[in-house]
Amino acid sequence: MIEARDLRKAFGTHQILDGVSFKIERGESVVIIGRSGGGKSVLLKQLVGLLKPDSGQVLIEGEDIVPMNERSLLRVRAKFGMLFQGAALFDSMTVAENIAFPFRQRKDLSPADVAKKVSDALEVVELPGTQNKKPSELSGGMRKRVGLARAIVYQPEIVLYDEPTTGLDPIVSDSIDKLIIRVRDQLNVTCIVVTHDMRSARRVGNRILMLHDKRIYASGTPDDIFSSQDPIVRRFIDGVSDPKNIF
Amino acid sequence: MTTSTNKWISEWLGGLGRVTLLARESIASLFTFKVAGKDLLYQVYFIGVKSQSVVLITGAFTGMVLAAQTYFQFHKVGMDTATLAVVGVSMCSELGPVLTGLMVAGRVGAAIAAEIGTMRVTEQIDALRTLATHPVDYIVVPRLAACVIALPLLTAESIAMGIAAGYMVGVHLLGIDAAYAWHNLVRYTGAVDVCIGLIKALIFGGLVALVGCYKGMSCGEGAEGVGRATTEAVVYSSISILIANFFLTLVLGKIFNIT
Ligand SMILES: Nc1ncnc2c1ncn2[C@@H]1O[C@H](COP(=O)(O)OP(=O)(O)OP(=O)(O)O)[C@@H](O)[C@H]1O
Ligand SMILES: [Mg+2]
Repeated sequence: MIEARDLRKAFGTHQILDGVSFKIERGESVVIIGRSGGGKSVLLKQLVGLLKPDSGQVLIEGEDIVPMNERSLLRVRAKFGMLFQGAALFDSMTVAENIAFPFRQRKDLSPADVAKKVSDALEVVELPGTQNKKPSELSGGMRKRVGLARAIVYQPEIVLYDEPTTGLDPIVSDSIDKLIIRVRDQLNVTCIVVTHDMRSARRVGNRILMLHDKRIYASGTPDDIFSSQDPIVRRFIDGVSDPKNIF
Repeated sequence: MTTSTNKWISEWLGGLGRVTLLARESIASLFTFKVAGKDLLYQVYFIGVKSQSVVLITGAFTGMVLAAQTYFQFHKVGMDTATLAVVGVSMCSELGPVLTGLMVAGRVGAAIAAEIGTMRVTEQIDALRTLATHPVDYIVVPRLAACVIALPLLTAESIAMGIAAGYMVGVHLLGIDAAYAWHNLVRYTGAVDVCIGLIKALIFGGLVALVGCYKGMSCGEGAEGVGRATTEAVVYSSISILIANFFLTLVLGKIFNIT
């Protein structure tokens, strides 16, 4: 369904990705972990064509999206929902208008249908009744949940979550994890979750990819990864910093 | 030539090319994509209605100063009654459109660049793109259309205001004979001058919107990037208005055959 082939990306002279390849099947949920600044967000953006890799291919259902222009990409992107790391809500619009945005061009839905979908989506992310608030009136965690509602409200086939639980309290994090699992299982959505939260990585992923040193360093089921003996993987999941790097 | 001027020139030409591509994309989208009426109306309101006070004040004071200064010079050679003819022609074909364009560049061009720039640095443009909406369709086209609609209207208001204010100053303050002043004003200011002014305004509207949108879309990172984009939008759109005005004067003069 989604395949990355030998992606390379540099900003100026700073090489971010150097030969990243993986393949994700329909209905799978894949967690990507890796160090901060390691290029996970950059990788996600390349999968939807927001950034172009310097070389390599991104195949979505067998179709290479790298050479496509912005107009043809729109058709491909309709399959995707994406939660941005910073939520990226439209700050001139209310919460309801943000979530209703994907239905803007849909003539077959009446305003009442759209309002219904919006309130259902807000219910799902546990923010009922916030329709008329502006994003600036919400806390960071609330914004993220509105972003999540906007990403899944139109039931896309593939959802990319960039750190869905970062900055949320443990209870809401837990409900977001459950939400991701529910969306995946009920709607048979393919999902890719970037996270630093090891507990949620273990729960939501069928498979974990670890991005390290500009490549996919390790890949396997959560059990494989969490029982891995590789020192780099071990240190990452246990959260142990390299002592010589502290001072 | 030093490498830095070389770089500057190539960047400048690159920018010009990208603005042209943006213009092409926007025009293509304008004719295929139905702009949401609500977005367009909102932009016309923001760009047109909200700019009125600025534009009217500019027009009025320019007309008054022009009338006074022309009168001072013409009075020496006894041509008092030709004063308003000068005011009429220059307001219609040059000052009206150019000053309106510049005021709108300062007010609207800056606002457009700042708004789009902020959307860009906060990833809202990326969010728009993932929601299968082309930024040109949703952001550029309504603003471009609104500017192209609003500027001729604003210019017409500014011209009318300028001539009226010039008339007041000339006739009531400086004591030009009202009948002759009016006669000469109408005799020398033709529909052609008004047409030229409005055509210029239309093109200036397009320039302000395109430069503002381009600068916003290509905004650098962070608050600093937005600040720079805003300043550059105002500077470049003002300069391009002044330069375009010169060529438009030549070309339109030829087309309408004024001598
Ligand atoms: N637009 C850009 N221009 C230049 N450099 C960039 C840009 N976007 C990202 N980078 C660089 O790419 C690297 C990877 O960034 P990215 O945001 O993908 O990290 P990340 O893995 O998502 O980190 P985090 O876990 O903190 O979100 C960083 O070093 C960053 O400085
Ligand atoms: Mg990131």
